[in-house]
Amino acid sequence: MNETVLDDMKVIVFQLKDEEYGVEVEQVRSIERVQHITRVPSTPDFVEGVINLRGVVTPIIDLRKRFSIDGLEHSESTRVIIVTVGAMDVGLVVDAANDVIDIPRDAIEPPPVVVGGLEAEYIRGVAKLEKRLLILLNLDKVLNPDELDEMQEIEGKL
Amino acid sequence: MEKNQYLEMFIDESTEHLQAMNDHLLKLETTPDDFSIINEVFRSAHTLKGMSATMGYEDLASLTHQMENVLDAIRNDKLTASSELLDVVFEAVDDLEAMVNDIAEGGEGKRDVQLVVAKLVKLEKGEGVDEVAATKELEKIDGNEAHVYDDFELTVLTQSKEQGFYAYQLDISLREDVILKAARVFMVFEVLEQVGEVIKSTPTVDQLEEENFDLTFSVTIVTKETEQDVHARVMKVSEIDQINITTINTDEQKYVQENSSNNEEKNTEKDKETSSTEVNNDKQVHEEKVTPSANKTIRVNIERLDSLMNLFEELVIDRGRLEQISKDLKSSELTETVEHMSRISGDLQNIILNMRMVPVEQVFNRFPRMVRGLAKDLNKKVNLDIIGAETELDRTVIDEIGDPLVHLLRNSMDHGVETPENRLKIGKPEESNITLKAYHSGNHVFIEVSDDGAGINREKVLQKAVSSGVVSEENGTSLTDKQVYELLFSSGLSTADEISDVSGRGVGLDVVKNKIESLGGNVSVNSTPNEGTIFSIQLPLTLSIISVMLVEVQAEIYAVPLSSIIETAIIKKEDIMAAHNQKVIDFRGSVVPLLNLTDFFDVPTTKEEDEYLSIVIVRKGEKMAALVVNSFIGQQEIVLKSLGKYLTNAFAISGATILGNGQVALIIDCNALIK
Repeated sequence: MNETVLDDMKVIVFQLKDEEYGVEVEQVRSIERVQHITRVPSTPDFVEGVINLRGVVTPIIDLRKRFSIDGLEHSESTRVIIVTVGAMDVGLVVDAANDVIDIPRDAIEPPPVVVGGLEAEYIRGVAKLEKRLLILLNLDKVLNPDELDEMQEIEGKL
Repeated sequence: MEKNQYLEMFIDESTEHLQAMNDHLLKLETTPDDFSIINEVFRSAHTLKGMSATMGYEDLASLTHQMENVLDAIRNDKLTASSELLDVVFEAVDDLEAMVNDIAEGGEGKRDVQLVVAKLVKLEKGEGVDEVAATKELEKIDGNEAHVYDDFELTVLTQSKEQGFYAYQLDISLREDVILKAARVFMVFEVLEQVGEVIKSTPTVDQLEEENFDLTFSVTIVTKETEQDVHARVMKVSEIDQINITTINTDEQKYVQENSSNNEEKNTEKDKETSSTEVNNDKQVHEEKVTPSANKTIRVNIERLDSLMNLFEELVIDRGRLEQISKDLKSSELTETVEHMSRISGDLQNIILNMRMVPVEQVFNRFPRMVRGLAKDLNKKVNLDIIGAETELDRTVIDEIGDPLVHLLRNSMDHGVETPENRLKIGKPEESNITLKAYHSGNHVFIEVSDDGAGINREKVLQKAVSSGVVSEENGTSLTDKQVYELLFSSGLSTADEISDVSGRGVGLDVVKNKIESLGGNVSVNSTPNEGTIFSIQLPLTLSIISVMLVEVQAEIYAVPLSSIIETAIIKKEDIMAAHNQKVIDFRGSVVPLLNLTDFFDVPTTKEEDEYLSIVIVRKGEKMAALVVNSFIGQQEIVLKSLGKYLTNAFAISGATILGNGQVALIIDCNALIK
């Protein structure tokens, strides 16, 4: 019994377009409804802005835009997942956050090589659960501030 | 003894004493015959020695002890306080500082001080005062009859007596058939430590543990118990033959010491004198310590003040919110209450900010030493005047301005003032003056570093600026003197012909400028050839709560710090002129570039263009710019918050704040808008 517990990983499941993604529960601080977002000028386009999260100014990024999926108007189901990476808190705008599940570690496979390119870096693995396919994100990569600077430079050049 | 409990106090007080020593030594150098100063230094050194020995920092104690000997020799006219001698003493103080810092950072305070100690010993021996050897001989006297105490132990004895403790000497003999001598000794010590504190034992504890003694040993303790009690308690340890307890009289003790040293050379006589004066000194120090508490001050951990400040910031945000609500509801009772609360929290804010204020002295007081050292290295004669050291600044600012000031001072010493020969040649006094001045003005504190040196060479700066590509040659000639001087703050510009160790290592005044600007201040320079240069730093009193003007840009709200606003105005569209693709306006006779924030920040347009434009005139130093906004909301006190680690370099945004309605507004960094 204990062994299975050890081998399980608790993840928060959220939706982007038609696909389901997962982040480890340990990295998630809270899930919020969308509130007023203050736009921050001259930042990359996926940075939505900042919100007041109980007195703390917290940056918000739009994961759809981050992964170059075409944007969607915020709706009733839109959620902001506040995650902690290193010492920083960042909010991720997702289409919906609907589940917390345990997945056995041995169900996780490395990201398919064929995908290649930029995006594969953001994926830590893919979990196969019966009929669902869950993409596990590598948040350290997704939220790397250095990369933010680089993107800003590239955009500046354009 | 629980060490941690006292560690903080020890570090604070040691730092104070070290600073006092530094100050007094500097004074001593100018007036070497002033005995009152030597006494001050001596007193500091002595207290430091006592404290560090109590805390168990042996290296610290031994170095101070050695220093004390030299100081004592000066005091007794055996040595003169020459510059060379003081160099060594200063070196020792540096070592002490390093050790105290090490302790403060959680280290053991260990440091190889042999070199300095050797130097001090040499100095001391220069006059044949061989106190060290004498003291050692004293310690060697192995007495079962009566202990001989060194200065420190005597002090402890005297002080504990003052506090109502008894001091006993116990001569303990074990039974002849004792099997485990060391174990018995250990048990005796354990019993004694329950009732009081062991001051001294003969033979030493180490020797006792190694069973390096016959059957008798003696221990000196201070305790509140009576003689009989102690006797009874110790007798409970088995295999003890007999105990002799004698009460120690400290006065007699001195007598004993005198007696035992009678056979010694005359020098020891000196030692005795020292020990008695030291005891006096210690009393004085003790009394001094009492005075501040009579002053009704307490030491508060800075972290507590910080968390108080954080809580207050939350309160300010809620205050803004309440003000907004009361405005919307228009209930007179609510408005009244909220206004009252605003006034009270305003007072509270003043008190909290004041509590966090510390005098700039904290930063300034290390400069005399630095200047003295540098002047020697550079072969220059420099007199440093410090004015307004009592001026107060927020602690966070204080922590940051040290380095920029060091840089400016070094700069003045290296580039500013001339060598004594050159000064004499042009008819200036040989000694040059550098003045460090701090003063309050409005919501700002100004710090000025001025010298009476050669001033800035316009041509040299220009030449350098042109060759390093900071300005073009044509532009250069049209610049005013002041503009040329400002070029010194651009990166990659050092006017020193040769790179010296002191300044001009490529990291120039631009570092100073960046630092000061990151603190929300600014720095400027002015100079008159052959009369000197003056660097002026303007700093805000506090960093965390600032006054801003809230403005609306389309549907978004931005905050502009009041400190950079000159005025607001409404202009007609036809007043806008164009100068080489740049829109400008004529503002009170000067041409000011116009910057439309809607375009600059890519704000989505939601409002129709009006015939009239609202503008905010902001400045950076002498330069101005007009920011076009849609409307002014009003002035407000806001709490500065950072955008977080993820968004570190949003251009022209210095931070964010939370408004009364709970939304975030961005604060415009006017310094970045004006080049």
